[in-house]
Order: sequence, then structure tokens, then C-alpha cells
Amino acid sequence: MSAHPTAAGGYQPVFLGKTREQLDTILKRYPNKQAALLPALWLVQEARGWISDRNMAEVAEVLALTPAYVKGVVTFYTMYHQHPVGRNFVQVCTTSPCNLCGAEGVVKAFLEHTAARDLGATSPDGSWTVIEVECLGACGFATPVLINDDFIESVTPEKVPALVRKYREGRR
Amino acid sequence: MGYPHKPHPKETAVLSKHFGDAEARSYKGWVKRGGYEAWKQAQAMTPAAIIEELKNSGLRGRGGAGFPTGLKWSFMPKEKKKPHYLCVNADESEPGTFKDREIMRWTPHQLLEGTAIAMRAIQAEVGYIYVRGEFTEPFAIMAQALDEASKAGILGDLKIYLVRGAGAYICGEETALMNSIEGKRGNPRIKPPFPAAAGVFGLPTTINNVETLAAVPPILKNGAAWYKAMCLSNPKSTGTKLFSVCGHVQRPGNYEVTMGFPLKDLIYDMAGGVPKGRALKACIPGGSSVPILNREETESCLLDYEGCAEKGTMLGSGGVIVFDDSADMVYQIMRLARFYAHESCAQCTQCREGTAWTTKILQRILAGQGKSTDLDLLLDLSENMTGKTICVLSDSCAAPVVSGIKKFRGEFEEYLAGRRKPVMVA
Repeated sequence: MSAHPTAAGGYQPVFLGKTREQLDTILKRYPNKQAALLPALWLVQEARGWISDRNMAEVAEVLALTPAYVKGVVTFYTMYHQHPVGRNFVQVCTTSPCNLCGAEGVVKAFLEHTAARDLGATSPDGSWTVIEVECLGACGFATPVLINDDFIESVTPEKVPALVRKYREGRR
Repeated sequence: MGYPHKPHPKETAVLSKHFGDAEARSYKGWVKRGGYEAWKQAQAMTPAAIIEELKNSGLRGRGGAGFPTGLKWSFMPKEKKKPHYLCVNADESEPGTFKDREIMRWTPHQLLEGTAIAMRAIQAEVGYIYVRGEFTEPFAIMAQALDEASKAGILGDLKIYLVRGAGAYICGEETALMNSIEGKRGNPRIKPPFPAAAGVFGLPTTINNVETLAAVPPILKNGAAWYKAMCLSNPKSTGTKLFSVCGHVQRPGNYEVTMGFPLKDLIYDMAGGVPKGRALKACIPGGSSVPILNREETESCLLDYEGCAEKGTMLGSGGVIVFDDSADMVYQIMRLARFYAHESCAQCTQCREGTAWTTKILQRILAGQGKSTDLDLLLDLSENMTGKTICVLSDSCAAPVVSGIKKFRGEFEEYLAGRRKPVMVA
């Protein structure tokens, strides 16, 4: 990112340079600024990994909304992180069809092999967070797992160690 | 990641004709396969003529409600005074359903072509395709297809944009989806006004499911009569439909059949039936929001809107969840209730409280601490959750509970009487 003065309190705005351009392109798709809120929040999460209160205030300012309104929207949608998560974020589907096909075993295997231990907790080295999610919409490919933006089908407990190795190494 | 099966001889491949054919994903590949011919045809037709053709085809909405598509389009103002919008519902999240994902992954241009035709029919200049946030791969494929189609100039003046959802089942409800596009919490709206009068941004809007729009190009190309002739049972249900089969079956996947096809053949012939040595116990034929069928009902059910209604259930989205005799129905129903409790937008009291309490009571039963009055309590709760809220999420939670207690009461009673080992901790 290019050099620019940081705002008071050392906050580095997200919507500068290329990210600002991306937002401007998105704004053209809608009749008002508010409609760009979900895409703007995605841009923040892509840039920072999660969405802090300060980020929400920036989004509010850019889109002429109130921070409270932005927070109301962020808290509605489960994919926006309101806290930092591990570098590898694992989402395992455990809704009924996957449950029938053994999804619980897949969750258990991820918790074991990543050292994340508890659902929603991040491993001590900051590299893994594992959560259970509701229906990922790939029930015929049980158990689907999202690791970061990679949608992986037909995961079984036996396949978990290799997947964990792959992402651990890939991120080095 | 590949398409999991070769077409079964009993399938009628219209929408799924090019599934598994990677070349069909590109603009060039799609054109080579006769793509965008229907769109060219539509451009030479008046909007009224396109709508008439759709009405004659008998196509009904494939998202779950089964509303006639041509009729829905005809509700849009004929005389255009304000901007018109089309929303494409690609927020596929109904447990058991994974058909729209496959359409977007394999035939993105089929959806774009159907979208373009629909936009012409309803005189919309802007179309938003709302894809659920978790569908990273379909989103990327759609984005590339849109880019290629735009570069080729095939879409003319139409403005089509992709919108990424952010994890909310309820955004598949049409007005919640519109709120989400507007940058709001995905709360469903009170109807009326209906979208054709005041939809996204308060302007006339039509919203269609992915599978519905994907069926539009073949209808224009081959004619309404051709589509209407594809019917095995009730003439009110025409054409083909993708059924997503999952759960306890040997060959899960999407199978496309003509309306009125026997559910039994779909499960046993196409999906290979339940694993060896086990027996079919139950089936949810239209995604988790519809009443559960027992074995007898499953084996005599015909897959069309009327055939499902005859068995006291619904065709819904065509998500077929199969349970064999190893399934604990009490646990499975709890797991479904937990899904709805998680996904309730919490606007309506009956839903916010009802889905949560239904889950808690079922968990108490599974922990061996159920009370003898719990089943009546669940039924009473369900009654107060049905037909009383802004949208049908609450009803969807009640459907498996009520049908589950009715058809598998013995399993609940075993927990209540202490004859079944608790599977949960209180």
C-alpha cells in the first residue's frame, strides 16, 4: 500500500487506493450508497481479516450511514468476523444431511489435528479456527468444508490430516 | 471435484445436459452448444409474447413455492413509469438442496441467458444475481461468465451484477433478499406490497430462482408445447426438475427427471437406494422445510406439486433427504429445529422464541430428561408457529416436528420412557 498519513490514533483507513477504486465501481451498481454496505464489508474483511468497530465507523463514514447501523448489519450476517480468527478458517457443515453422513467425525478430526481444541477458539499459534456451520448447500457431497475461500467436497475424518498439512504448509 | 455421475437412462437431461462438460462453461463453448440462440429469439419478440410463451409452458417457480412463472412476470406494470428490476435468487441454502450450485458451476451462461430473457420480458434494465456467501466457486464461475458475456456484447444494454451474500439462510426469502441487496439486515418484509409493486429499492421487481431462469432458454428454443408435453402425472406440473438426493443413499447427487416421476425410482434406481443391509425409514422430499414422509408414503409419492401435496408434503426445492433405519428421528428433527433456531431473523416472537424452545425441548428429550407432556407442548408450540409470522421460516421449523411426532411417535416415547439411552447431555 502506498505511503499516506495515518488518521488520529494510528488508524489506517481501508478505503484508500485500489480498495477505494473497487468500492467506487461497486457504488455505480446501485441507486444509493447504503446498498454498497455488504460489498464494502467484504472488502474490509478481505483487507483486514476481520471487521473491527473502528472499521465499521470508517464504512459508516464512507457510505453516509451511522456506525450503529453498520454494526446492526454486521451482526446479522454470520460470515463477517467481529473478532480476529485463525489464518486458516475452517467451516464444517453439520446440518442434518451431513450429520447423517458423519459430519461430527469431521469436526472432531479438525479440532484434533489443528490443535484448535474448541469450536470457535483459535489455536495457540494463531493458525487455525474451526467452526460448525449450518447447511453449506452441498449435501450430496457430504461433508463439505470451507477452508478460507476454498470449498472442499466429500471430506471424511480420514482426509483431514492431509488437508491440515496442506494448508499449514501452504501458509508458511 | 467432478460431477458425480453419468446420466441415468431414466433421466431427462434438459437443464443438466451439459453438467460435467467443462467447455460449456465458457462463452465460446456455450455458443457452440447453441447457447444464446434463445436470447436472440427473445430480442425479436415483444415482452408480452415472451410472457405468453412462458405461461403456455406451464413452468412453475423452482425455488420452492411453485408459482407459475409467466403469471409472476405478468404482474409487472405493463406501462413502464419507473425503473424495473430483476433479482435472481441464488441464495441456495435449504438443507438437502444443491441444484442451483450445480447450474452455476457447470452452465453459468444458461443462467445468464435466462436472466437476460426474463429482464426483457419484465422490461428491467438492472438485474442482481444474489449468490450466497459460502458459494465461492459458483460465484467465481458466474463472475467469469458475466465478464465474458459482457465482453462479447451479447447482453446489450442490460446491466447484470453479482451480489455476494454473507451467511444468512433467511436471505433466500424474497423480500429478505431484497433488503440484503439494499444493504440492510435480511429481515423479510410484510406483504403486500408484493415485489411487482414495490420490490428492491421500492421499485417494481420480479424475483426468480436460478433453476426457474435456467429453464427459460430451452422453453423459448423448443417451444412451450414441447415443455408442457413433459409431464408424467398431473398436467399442472410440467417440464423437468432437478432433484438433489442426499443422506443415506449410495449415489447422492442431482438427478433431472420429468415432473410426476416416482420418488421411489429416484431413490432406489438412480441414487442406488440405502446402504446395503439397511432399510429406508423416512424421506423429506422437498428440502428440510416440508413435512417428513414415512416409508410407505415415500414409496408411493409422485414427484410433482400435486403428488407431494397428496401425501401431505410439498415438492419445495426438490431437496430429497433420505433416512435409513439407523437414523435417530428424534435427533434428526432436533438437528433441523436447531438449524431454524440458528437462522431465525428474530423479528417475529413466534419464530424467535418458538424455534429456540422447540430445539431446547427436543434436546431435553434426547438427554433423557423429557417430560410426559413434552410432545403435546411441542405440538402446541408448532401450532402457534404456523401461519402466524411475516415469513414461513417458523412454519418450516414446525413442519418436521409435527410430521415427525405424528409418524415416529414411538421413537420419542422411547426416550420419554427411559427405554432409549440418552444421546445428549442436558
